[in-house]
Amino acid sequence: MSETKKFLYVNRRAPYGTIYAWESLEVILIGAAFEQDVTLAFVDDGVFQLVKDHDTAGIGMKNFTPTYGALGDYDINKIYVEKESLEARGLTIDDLQHLIWEDEDEDWAEKDSIKVVTSSELAALMGEQDVVLSF
Amino acid sequence: MTMLHTVNKSPFEKDSLTSCLRLSEDGSSILLIEDGIYAALEGTTASDSIKEALKTKKVFALQEDLNARGVQSKVIDGIEQVDYAGFVKLVTEHDKVQSWV
Repeated sequence: MSETKKFLYVNRRAPYGTIYAWESLEVILIGAAFEQDVTLAFVDDGVFQLVKDHDTAGIGMKNFTPTYGALGDYDINKIYVEKESLEARGLTIDDLQHLIWEDEDEDWAEKDSIKVVTSSELAALMGEQDVVLSF
Repeated sequence: MTMLHTVNKSPFEKDSLTSCLRLSEDGSSILLIEDGIYAALEGTTASDSIKEALKTKKVFALQEDLNARGVQSKVIDGIEQVDYAGFVKLVTEHDKVQSWV
């Protein structure tokens, strides 16, 4: 029986311009199979990954962002977005996908996965982790 | 001599846009492509510098890259959206292209 560790994935890159965002998502999904305590953080240009309604037909690349909507099914429901990063980019939570998860303990009630947090709240959260993976 | 400048990096991650704006002449054209299109958005920390540039330069943003990133409705007034054909047309209309990679 292996012990459960707290894993934090920090996403700081915009999608499509580089492969970081997609690679991160792949690793998150693979990691989900190992039943660890997973938290995601989106800061800096990483917040652009969660912007809704991507249409990549014109650039000939796969739109991988619908996959974020499936994270709840993998028990990944702690998704933190830094408030300061959103504001610097003219975004609000309404510009982001509405990600939800179903709480088994409350008759599968749908709950929001994304929480907007301040820099200091996110810093504290990072301090609580056993492993931090950066993309 | 007219110059077309292309910027393909996010203004929040790299200083390509800042350098382009500083080192481009009045009357030149700037085309934002790939992650560079984030500079075209309203209400960001980069918006003021683009609005200042619009007073003396023409600024374009590639539609396909805006659509891919879901931000086509947030583009600053005065920035012209062009498609790939428009990109090619811009290249032919200018004497030279400088890429701020």
